[in-house]
Amino acid sequence: MTTINVKEGSPLQAHIPEGNLPDKWTIYKDKIRLVSPANKRKLDIIVVGTGLAGASAAASLAELGYNVKAFAFQDSPRRAHSIAAQGGINASKNYQNDGDSDWRLFYDTIKGGDYRGREANTYRLAEVSGNIIDQAVMQGVPFARDYGGLLDNRSFGGVLVSRTFYAKGQTGQQLLLGAYSALNRQIARGKVTMYNRHEMLDLVVVDGHARGIITRNLVTGEIERHSAHAVVLGTGGYSNVYFLSTNAMGSNATAAWRAHRKGAYFANPAFVQIHPTCIPRSSEHQSKLTLMSESLRNDGRIWVPKKLEDAKALREGRLKPNDIPEEDRDYYLERRYPAFGNLVPRDVASRAAKERCDAGFGVNKTGEAVFLDFATAIERYGKEQAHLKGLNNPSKEEIKELGKKVIEQKYGNLFQMYEKIVDQNPYETPMMIYPANHYTMGGLWVDYDLQSNLKGLFVIGEANFSDHGANRLGASALMQGLADGYFILPYTIGDYLADYIREGKIPTDTPEFSEAEEKVKKEIDFFLNNNGKHSVDYFHKKLGKIMWDKVGMSRNAEGLQEAIKEIQELRHQFWKEIKVPGKANEFNQELEKAGYVADFLELGELLALDALNRNESCGGHFREEYQTPDGEALRDDEHYAYVAAWEYPAKPYERYSKPVFPSESILHKEPLKFEFVTPTTRSYK
Amino acid sequence: MSILKSSVEKKMGLALAGLFLVFFLFVHLAINLTLIYPGKEAFDAAVEFMATNPFIQLMQPILFLVFAFHIYMAIYLELTNRSKRSVKYVKNNPGANSSWVSRNMIWTGLMIFGFLLLHLYNYFLPFKTQNISDHYELVISLFKNPVYTFIYVLAFVALGLHLSHGFQSAFQTFGVPREKCNRPLVICGNIISIILAVGFSAIAIYFYFN
Amino acid sequence: MKLNLKIWRQNGPNDKGRMVDYKIDGVDSDMSFLEMLDMLNEQLIAKGEEPVAFDHDCREGICGMCSLYINGEAHGPDRLTTTCQLHMRKFKDGDTIYIEPWRANAFPVIKDLVVDRSALDRIQQAGGYISVNTSGRTVDANNIPIPKKDADDAFDAATCIGCGACVATCKNSSAMLFVSAKVAQFAKLPQGRVEAADRVQNMIAAMDAEGFGSCTNTGACEVECPKGISLTNIAILNKEFLLAQTK
Repeated sequence: MTTINVKEGSPLQAHIPEGNLPDKWTIYKDKIRLVSPANKRKLDIIVVGTGLAGASAAASLAELGYNVKAFAFQDSPRRAHSIAAQGGINASKNYQNDGDSDWRLFYDTIKGGDYRGREANTYRLAEVSGNIIDQAVMQGVPFARDYGGLLDNRSFGGVLVSRTFYAKGQTGQQLLLGAYSALNRQIARGKVTMYNRHEMLDLVVVDGHARGIITRNLVTGEIERHSAHAVVLGTGGYSNVYFLSTNAMGSNATAAWRAHRKGAYFANPAFVQIHPTCIPRSSEHQSKLTLMSESLRNDGRIWVPKKLEDAKALREGRLKPNDIPEEDRDYYLERRYPAFGNLVPRDVASRAAKERCDAGFGVNKTGEAVFLDFATAIERYGKEQAHLKGLNNPSKEEIKELGKKVIEQKYGNLFQMYEKIVDQNPYETPMMIYPANHYTMGGLWVDYDLQSNLKGLFVIGEANFSDHGANRLGASALMQGLADGYFILPYTIGDYLADYIREGKIPTDTPEFSEAEEKVKKEIDFFLNNNGKHSVDYFHKKLGKIMWDKVGMSRNAEGLQEAIKEIQELRHQFWKEIKVPGKANEFNQELEKAGYVADFLELGELLALDALNRNESCGGHFREEYQTPDGEALRDDEHYAYVAAWEYPAKPYERYSKPVFPSESILHKEPLKFEFVTPTTRSYK
Repeated sequence: MSILKSSVEKKMGLALAGLFLVFFLFVHLAINLTLIYPGKEAFDAAVEFMATNPFIQLMQPILFLVFAFHIYMAIYLELTNRSKRSVKYVKNNPGANSSWVSRNMIWTGLMIFGFLLLHLYNYFLPFKTQNISDHYELVISLFKNPVYTFIYVLAFVALGLHLSHGFQSAFQTFGVPREKCNRPLVICGNIISIILAVGFSAIAIYFYFN
Repeated sequence: MKLNLKIWRQNGPNDKGRMVDYKIDGVDSDMSFLEMLDMLNEQLIAKGEEPVAFDHDCREGICGMCSLYINGEAHGPDRLTTTCQLHMRKFKDGDTIYIEPWRANAFPVIKDLVVDRSALDRIQQAGGYISVNTSGRTVDANNIPIPKKDADDAFDAATCIGCGACVATCKNSSAMLFVSAKVAQFAKLPQGRVEAADRVQNMIAAMDAEGFGSCTNTGACEVECPKGISLTNIAILNKEFLLAQTK
């Protein structure tokens, strides 16, 4: 075991209500304080980020009567990256009568998270999951339906039931547009003031309470002060610390990181998810990676050649995938995990792909790709359709045509997207896929109320850490974002706000606001006047490479220590050599990016520290030193059944002149107690 | 136009007027066809009927108003729509996504309007103001003029083009379900365009050569 | 490959704007169009010039943030494709490429190729929703059976990404396809019927007020729409509008 010196602070309390697991949320709701409608009108709430979590929260809070100010860096709330979620949303409706229940959804989620999530939060998530579907249907979200007019479901990785509701491959889009429509209704009513193309650059803390934010109007460059009785962050994850990820180009950790610098603890940063089914990278100019929905694993079979020489021939283009006979293919997931096969959880599937490619079986020119093959499914569906249509002795071609139609119905838009990017027809030749960064389970620490250690700061959706442990199951991100926004935060925030009904408007002409504004302006001035020699992307790409190589899918102590050193050097170089063109008081995309990368350069170091501190393998965090003889993750419940929440080790400002070292962060542990489930070794065999 | 407040209502007004004019054109074509068959007596009788029948007399000002409305509304909408893009594209390639006819309804329309004025001057005014003894002869004589016949045929080619888009477009504007009806409507619109364009032109060309 | 780029540069809303020529070399055919612009921008920054501002975010064709009028067409020459999904293999070595912002008075230019599309949001705010509060106590989702065909049609309309290509490409700068997609989505669903009359009237009024033109059914929008939103939706909007007048 590598011992590193980590300063430890006081342990954290999650404020989990008493009672039996299924009763906790009910007990909690019955006990919290309520705010009367007349008083809600006197309370202001800032919501930063308007994706699934932020938009649903802003809409719900406004419906309740609070005055909401919502902020998005895009030109419209409809563009938040929740929109790109493809596969679906889980809910324990048990419409398929396959034995699903709240308990099973909870159990699958906590097990899928490798027992590093909080029991009570995860159960609550399962409990409200059904309400999300009811709510979304009432809002006009067009979920897929059966011929009988009822909702259809499909299956996702890591579970044995069909509980995923979907709208073709665009479920995230449809749910986001649902939340967006609810938000629009409140904007029209005047209960939400929407600030598009605005970016949060600092959190204002007054007497230990979050009381406002500093924003930059991205069109005019104006720095603005906004105050409120509570601040809600729904600003998403930090996958872009890896430069290449499936996140949007603009997805950033700036709001969350600046709150962290102001005192909010950052929990489990090492828990990042590498999604197994992304389109492999093609060239060094690649700006982002594109995800192919996990739902494809319902019907696609993953394989590489059995023979090394076949793999080599594929890489050199001498062989086509369809030339390799069935007996020379290695369906390695079906081989290793017969019970779950191609539907093992994401972390397991990703590592297995990396293992095969590292062993030399990669199938594209970079050697970093495996096949996802639909030929079997096309044949199976084709036969089914032929039978349905009463065709006797259909020819192979007929079966293939019929099968292709079914596949097109289910995944048409994904196949089209693949063809556009790769220029190959996936109906005829297998898709090529490779893992890529996709989601971050870690995030700002919150208690059961979704409140950070900083009072008045609430964190929802991907931006918090709470529900997915060390690995998130497919179709759970949408569930969590909407559960937090529609059904959890609107209750819990009231309990906090009940203390401030006599507070009145929070003034913005206080020293706390002035200082925050001034420091933000100073950093912007620094960027624009530094006149270095490298662009922002130069540093971002370098950081991404360190992160992917040494803090990526599998990690070891030596690599992590190197990574920390390299990031520190890169950060030092960044503050010396960064070059940002343009002016402060105008639309300036390079300036926006400079801020993101400055934050990523700190976050990356903390991520590596957290990975180094956690001497075990669990979920998305795989330490090479800790694995079973057959290469599976080896957890250490005795020493690491805790949430690692990190406190920023320095003063929040002027980092361009006074270096900060996130690897000196202070660790606050929240012990994870498992009262209702017994952590076992995850087995998908 | 304060009655038709929204852009959709204005479009509907335009479309309704257009369809009414198509109906009128068929009546007009039917009368014109009597020039060739059965011939002079039938044509004169038809003219007589049109000049005296009280229902037709009632319809005349309505027809006039509909024409005026269609033309006014078309020009109004065109000018309004043009004003919505002050800075034009440096490079635009509309041919890639839409037909020439659909984009140039205003020009085919204005050609027809121009012809309409000429037509009113040549026929309608003399019919109304002078005591014409032989309507048949008046019509035939003009077709002997090559320039006039050329303009006449050109106008009806423009009309055919105008209707090949306008007819189905009008139904779209009234919200006729497209999935089932679009193809039949397009075919129907094309047939109507051809009947009217070929019908009117053929009569002119027939008399030019005979 | 080598390319000649002609790009619209405009310093701000009040600047007049002009086309500027750029030459770029070493473009890989596997690059996306926006990655080609990234490359140009890196070169401009290195030379000490201001990079070209353009909107983009998800780069997988779903957020609707990217725009660009490329060689006279919205989102370029490829069909059913957003600019971020347009790949350089669609161009040839030596090609000249014109790159302009969406042009419509309702979409004022913010900078270079970036325009303000907030008018589309305001249209949605006028009625693009079903008035149902968050309660978790609405009826069970399966209490409202919806014929599969209607659900599928509603979905197809709902896939609009709000990019504004329809407006940019329409000779009248009309937003009818955009508005109709939302109206049609809700018109097909029983939940949406309750407010159907008000919705269509309010959204059309907002559309007119924002300064979009009217529809002349040229069909250009449908062809250029990266999500293939059908002209059928405009017919549905018109029908809904007529129905609303009778109420």
